[in-house]
Amino acid sequence: MTIDLKTVKKISKLARISVDSEKAKKLENDLNSIFEFIEKLNQLDTSKSEPLTSVVDAKLQLRKDEIKSKNIRDQILKNSPDKNKDFFVVPKVVE
Amino acid sequence: MDVMSQKISDYIIKRNENNYEVIIGLEVHAQVLSDSKLFSTSSTKFGAEPNTQVSLVDAAFPGMLPVINEFCIKQAVKTGVGLKAKINKRSIFDRKNYFYADLPQGYQISQYKNPIVGEGSVILDLPLGEKTIGIERLHLEQDAGKSIHDIDPQNTLVDLNRSGVALMEIVSKPDLRSPNEVNTYIKKLRSIMRYLGTCDGNMQEGSLRADVNVSVRKKGEKELGTRCEIKNVNSIKFMQMAIEYEANRQVDIIEEGGSIDQETRLFDTKKNETRSMRSKEDAHDYRYFPDPDLLPLEITDDFINNIKKSIPELPDEKKKRFIEKFNLSAYEANILVSDIETSKYFEEVIENSDVKISTNWITGELFALLNDKNLEISKSPISAKNLSKLINLIKDGTISGKIAKSVFEIMATEDKNPVDIVEEKGLKQQSDPKELEKLIDKVINENPDKVQEYKSGKKKLFVFFVGQAMKASGGKANPQLINDILKKKLR
Amino acid sequence: MSNILDFTLVDLVEKIKKKDLSSKEITKAYVERSEKSKKLNTYITDDFKNALKKADNFDSKPDFNKKLPGIPIAVKDLFCTKNLRTTAGSKILENFIPTYESTVTNNIWNEGGILLGKLNCDEFAMGSSNETSFFGNVQSPVGEKLVPGGSSGGSASALRAKLTPATIGTDTGGSIRQPASFTGIVGLKPTYGSCSRYGIVAFASSLDQAGPMTQDVKDCSLLLSVISSYDNNDSTSINFKRGDYLKKLSKSIKGKKIGIPKEYRVEGMPKEIEDLWQKGITIAKEAGAEILDISLPNTNYALPAYYIVAPAEASSNLARYDGVKYGFRSKGKNLIDMYEKTRSEGFGNEVKRRIMIGTYVLSSGYYDAYYLKAQKVRRLIKNDFDEVYKKVDAILTPSTPSSAFKIGEKTNDPVSMYLNDIFTVPINLAGLPAISIPAGHDEKGYPLGLQIIGKAFDEQNILNIAYSLEEEINFKNKIDDWWM
Repeated sequence: MTIDLKTVKKISKLARISVDSEKAKKLENDLNSIFEFIEKLNQLDTSKSEPLTSVVDAKLQLRKDEIKSKNIRDQILKNSPDKNKDFFVVPKVVE
Repeated sequence: MDVMSQKISDYIIKRNENNYEVIIGLEVHAQVLSDSKLFSTSSTKFGAEPNTQVSLVDAAFPGMLPVINEFCIKQAVKTGVGLKAKINKRSIFDRKNYFYADLPQGYQISQYKNPIVGEGSVILDLPLGEKTIGIERLHLEQDAGKSIHDIDPQNTLVDLNRSGVALMEIVSKPDLRSPNEVNTYIKKLRSIMRYLGTCDGNMQEGSLRADVNVSVRKKGEKELGTRCEIKNVNSIKFMQMAIEYEANRQVDIIEEGGSIDQETRLFDTKKNETRSMRSKEDAHDYRYFPDPDLLPLEITDDFINNIKKSIPELPDEKKKRFIEKFNLSAYEANILVSDIETSKYFEEVIENSDVKISTNWITGELFALLNDKNLEISKSPISAKNLSKLINLIKDGTISGKIAKSVFEIMATEDKNPVDIVEEKGLKQQSDPKELEKLIDKVINENPDKVQEYKSGKKKLFVFFVGQAMKASGGKANPQLINDILKKKLR
Repeated sequence: MSNILDFTLVDLVEKIKKKDLSSKEITKAYVERSEKSKKLNTYITDDFKNALKKADNFDSKPDFNKKLPGIPIAVKDLFCTKNLRTTAGSKILENFIPTYESTVTNNIWNEGGILLGKLNCDEFAMGSSNETSFFGNVQSPVGEKLVPGGSSGGSASALRAKLTPATIGTDTGGSIRQPASFTGIVGLKPTYGSCSRYGIVAFASSLDQAGPMTQDVKDCSLLLSVISSYDNNDSTSINFKRGDYLKKLSKSIKGKKIGIPKEYRVEGMPKEIEDLWQKGITIAKEAGAEILDISLPNTNYALPAYYIVAPAEASSNLARYDGVKYGFRSKGKNLIDMYEKTRSEGFGNEVKRRIMIGTYVLSSGYYDAYYLKAQKVRRLIKNDFDEVYKKVDAILTPSTPSSAFKIGEKTNDPVSMYLNDIFTVPINLAGLPAISIPAGHDEKGYPLGLQIIGKAFDEQNILNIAYSLEEEINFKNKIDDWWM
């Protein structure tokens, strides 16, 4: 399994990380050496193994339907790089 | 029931020599009725100032974690029971990954491979008879926030009040065949959820939206055609318009020898057309995986049984009971059960009143009044209690149907006890035979020529005498008695 | 005054309770030394002024019933601290000031602890040498130009250099135990679900655990008692009976069965590590423990599985850093352009690399081959431990396959960097507790650690074994304050 430049571009698009050509080349190399290492897993027969999603052997705790969070708009907006009194502000979305 | 064996609707698109059938499946997003959000403790109340119902969890601050609302789980299970569906005792929350301004986490917590509710069904009453629509699944997920594009010309503004509100996504099988069936399906679904109290079904407030999957095929073909998904349509009318446009678009392409691309489309309500959302195509790899911040959700038989016990009588059962117990027609029963508030009103009226008269008055006068004033039955200016009293006045002969109509009109402006209205305005029906006899004698004496004509065979004139007698009584005479006495006198 | 810095955490608590020392005296000593130790680059953000003020406040109204009365403590900059900048070592959070406090740090302040500042770490805890931090690499007090390990490298260095009497880190694949081993300190990763993850900047949710990094095992027991708590803000927090680990600490390990897994005897492992391991075995045996050879057959597959699971979760956890709600934003022509530039400029290379790996292994067509496969492998690894724990009470291994390396030595070879965590990663995959204690040196005089792995929620047992070994090992590693 090798990861080519086209795949690198595709993943970077999905991950919303712009990658210039030089970086893409470097990433291509890195990812290939990492995946070469990862491919070791193929030696292992896992056909009888159930996937493990959580090591926690407990039931999901449920919360009561109560409103506890109040209006904290100032806190919510405080760290935003662009905001006005009421909203987060982002560059225009183009559909 | 096998869909093929059911009466197929007659919605067919004809092009040249070909007849096309339209195949529709819906993914309905219904907002769960709950006080707080699915994974956070902020309020779900509609209409608040922007970003005032947003917690640190909803805005996805670093290190914030989801904790699930038990009530939302109950609501989903309840809805599942209402849809006669399989309840899955173990379900898993997954992350659906994509970037958008109003999706603060960069993923939506949803249920992908293991939803909380499995297969079920909904029965539709269609003009050609009943049809069963299969439900594929129901799962819980978070709503996104809102991007506002039209306040600031340069920027998009983001309001996260909705972010994290619980939604039930109810996925139907591709069993729907026409815009009309979609209309009936959505209304039925909404009716069931309103009976259950799991969703208010308010489309104006966005509590009910749907993604509509449309494909077409030549009639008789077995294979499904390639479908397009029309995203986020928020009214039944728009759903119908969108389906109509989209089905015709697809037929045109096929007729021209082309093929349909499977894609996501948007319904433009201003232009009344669907168009491709190409910019989103590249982001369509959602990379679902189990949310490691949550454990699998496991519910017990007790949990499910307790919910089952709390299920009220649902529209289908109620309809059946109305028909069997009250001898209503299927049509009448349908109207009366379709909305929970209507059925509540009806049942309150008939508790102390005649069913037949009540049915006629509710489906007739009352519906006309509500329609006229554009009111929900829950906001009816005439309470069920007072309508019941009015109907009793008719039944026991205190007032005639005609007088009742004028009393009803008074009640419509002020919800007053009809007994008082009749009393105050002196509208009580004249039912004393001696009085009425006097009155009729007077009418006969005043119209000797008409009596002559009647007796010589012009029987139609009977109505004239009734009218005159009623007029003389100021409309208060008991019409049945007038009839009886007149018949005797004119013999 | 200088001897304040030589006291352990437990000593300091005692001195304060006996009023031999004031909180102010202690805090001042650590602040002063920290001020003189900037060269190590351990602090990203200090809070010295406030710390001194809080120490004064404590002294004027002391509460000696607390477990950490007036004790100053610096923490890894992955814990959100209210009103104090929290960066996770990343440019993307360079100016982020939380309005909330993590549960773990809150537990410390509730027991009387005083925040000294926020310690450097690998960006989003992704790294094994503290070289990926946006705020520069951390130097190990053990030697110049030597890495302290990672990702809790700032915490390890600060503790070892006596800039804080104790500290906390987080451990996703070895991020507490590996730097502990490299710098000659004690570090414990608790059972998954022991310490709340609420308010900790997430790396890989199913693996992340906070834990103590301390001068000795007693300190470790004390600090663990403070930070471990059930938290209903974290759905993966476990409600089990938490004891007072310090009170129950015992050197008696007579009859304890300790397993020695043959798979940890890896090719090319330095002889010193092999010897050290043998030394640990001998000591345990002499203390009355029963030593058993065991096998954890899937150990070899743990690291590749980890490099699927952790990046997959990270790629999703880090999606929230998009320049909208907080943190760095780069200008963009439109929303998508803004996202791509923000994330490209805001994240460092290692973080981007892992986001890319994670995105890839979850993407359509590859999920089953990578992510699902890794989850299945994870099950096999957990089964290995479950099986072995039917026979033994704990497992003894080296903490790392090598000692600390020079800054820059491995930065160009990600796989060789990842191999550092080969002994620690399986424990995270299985959610078990493990402690690393200093046990010796290599030929260059760099510290080396031994790891004791326990059953789930059996922290007391591994602390006891560690306590017993610690006494016999009598680890001494003089630091010459080269940076001062």
